[in-house]
Amino acid sequence: MGNVLAFCEFSGSAPKSSALANIAFARKAAELHGGEVIALLVGKGAAAAAADTAKYAPKVITVDDAALGEYLAETFAPIVAKLATDNNASVVSATATSVGKDLMPRVSALLDAGMASDVSGISAKNQFVRPILAGNAYSKVEINSPVIVVTPRQSEFTPAEPLGAAGAVSNAPAGSVDAKGATFERLESQKSDRPDLGDAKVVVSGGRGMKSGENFKVLEELADLLGAAMGASRAATDAGMVPADWQVGQTGKIVAPNLYFAVAISGAIQHLAGMKGSKTIVAINKDKEAPIFQVADYGLVAEWEKAIPELIAEIKKVKASR
Amino acid sequence: MKILVPIKRVPDPALKTKVKDGSIDLTGANWVVNPFDEYAVETALRLSENGESGARNAGAEIVVVTIGPEDSAQQLRSALATGADRAIRVDADDKALDARVVTAVLQKIIETEKPDLVICGKQAVDGDANQVGQRLAGALGWPQATFAASVEMPADQKSLTVGREVDAGVEYKKIALPGVLTVDLRIVSPKAVKNHVTPDAFAYGDGPRYASLKGIMAAKKKPMDVKKLADLGVAVEAQVREIGVELPPPRPAGQIVADVPTLVKKLADEAKAL
Ligand SMILES: Cc1cc2nc3c(=O)[nH]c(=O)nc-3n(C[C@H](O)[C@H](O)[C@H](O)COP(=O)(O)OP(=O)(O)OC[C@H]3O[C@@H](n4cnc5c(N)ncnc54)[C@H](O)[C@@H]3O)c2cc1C
Ligand SMILES: Nc1ncnc2c1ncn2[C@@H]1O[C@H](COP(=O)(O)O)[C@@H](O)[C@H]1O
Repeated sequence: MGNVLAFCEFSGSAPKSSALANIAFARKAAELHGGEVIALLVGKGAAAAAADTAKYAPKVITVDDAALGEYLAETFAPIVAKLATDNNASVVSATATSVGKDLMPRVSALLDAGMASDVSGISAKNQFVRPILAGNAYSKVEINSPVIVVTPRQSEFTPAEPLGAAGAVSNAPAGSVDAKGATFERLESQKSDRPDLGDAKVVVSGGRGMKSGENFKVLEELADLLGAAMGASRAATDAGMVPADWQVGQTGKIVAPNLYFAVAISGAIQHLAGMKGSKTIVAINKDKEAPIFQVADYGLVAEWEKAIPELIAEIKKVKASR
Repeated sequence: MKILVPIKRVPDPALKTKVKDGSIDLTGANWVVNPFDEYAVETALRLSENGESGARNAGAEIVVVTIGPEDSAQQLRSALATGADRAIRVDADDKALDARVVTAVLQKIIETEKPDLVICGKQAVDGDANQVGQRLAGALGWPQATFAASVEMPADQKSLTVGREVDAGVEYKKIALPGVLTVDLRIVSPKAVKNHVTPDAFAYGDGPRYASLKGIMAAKKKPMDVKKLADLGVAVEAQVREIGVELPPPRPAGQIVADVPTLVKKLADEAKAL
């Protein structure tokens, strides 16, 4: 028997939606391990998110300390590892966000635990399924260590629904916080009213064929019409047309929205790795041989310059007729 | 400044994935250096030289290491050909490795080599694990800066300021050395690496450098140590074992639509996606 310690990122007074995917994973793992889900909130202000998080887990532990103002793997990992041990956890998990991916292997070192990254499923107590080779294959791994560290993939786990009764909240001390010579300096991010790529129901992505950042405006217009997040191929982000955090793919974000538009994107395997799980894929490309058409549900062979304004107009018509 | 760069060989990502008897079929695979590790070597080179004159900084040394079978010496040679100084191969069967074993081996090597900096790839693109750099930093108690898209080293070479690609944008993190850096794609863009030796105005070509003919010849004479796990006193075993591999189910065939109105109609009525 062992519990599942689920590290949850939060924002203000609530867990992030990415964390709810982790709780969904943790529930499955807890069932197989015969233990319970313990949600863990670490960082300055964590206590404020406890009540909302307690809707999803029978137990919530907060570690809220002024010395934990900014996330650092160096300061967070020892806290997670210690609480895993103190709470008899046999699984420790965090969603495979940029924080989860940075933090959890460090936790695995401190616990000398085997780790499965980016998992898409749990098939037995210590067996996990995960994509490898840019999603071209699924590997099943067995982990033989007393504690197992897992980063579930957000797009593969439906966000957890609230439980009937609120869980119990407790606080744990941060202990001595040692950043090992690391300091957070600043975050440069572009404010956007659009949904996060990981949560969005619709994603509109553009590739090298968009030719310039200026040309993305028309895709943004389409995105805003659909309440979509913006994405891009590596070629477009590398060329500086759009911010790097728009990149979708093996080494960018993994998305699985209801509807994905790939505009002027050729469909390299590394790009497909990030969006193949989308429910409906639309590809717009002027080259009818482009590999993206092999994964698209609907392909339109056309130049975006003509197709996108037309698409915007048609969708407006449909929306107006409802 | 001594930099250790762990590199891994991977089957050419451009080739089609085949599965045989429940594992990836690697017969006749074309092995290449993991692209992120190529970027790690390039980062090490850019930190260690004056990019404009090509002169190596005094005291700069780059050691590449791989844990792998005999054939993986080839990937070490290609790193030596682009400018790394020495190579170490720790003999092991790929199947016997996981992040725990790789970390344990690297720790032993670090004990003797005492590098100021370890630069890993962000992930090996075969297993897509994205673990070793962070696990190693944790085991050593060193600071880590993962997913680096830019790095700046001050003249005193005692720290790094790293631009990290995170979900919300770019995070700047400073780490004291010794430390572990893991590099992302954009670390090899023309001005991503600054070392206070290369003039600020200088721009590298985009991407990692190619080996010159001279470099390839020189690589043949550069030292390559071969060690056994037992020589290093590494006795830990892998905790993670692959028990099966499957190809993903194919996506049902899609359709080419004639024009935008048809597309929108199908999205609305057929896919119910609008
Ligand atoms: C280690 C590694 C990791 C990588 N990770 C990623 C990743 O995470 N994500 C990612 O996306 N890539 C990744 N890549 C890069 C990937 O291999 C491709 O190079 C990249 O996806 C190509 O982007 P693209 O499709 O925009 O550009 P291209 O391949 O150049 O395609 C542009 C397309 O635009 C079309 N086009 C041009 N003009 C028009 C027009 N007017 N109208 C309509 N269509 C037009 C062309 O027909 C073409 O198909 C990675 C590569 C490596 C080596
Ligand atoms: N067998 C190996 N030998 C040397 N370095 C490795 C090995 N496996 C992984 N690495 C390093 O660790 C990084 C991350 O690998 P991974 O955690 O497997 O995705 C790689 O980019 C390499 O720098």
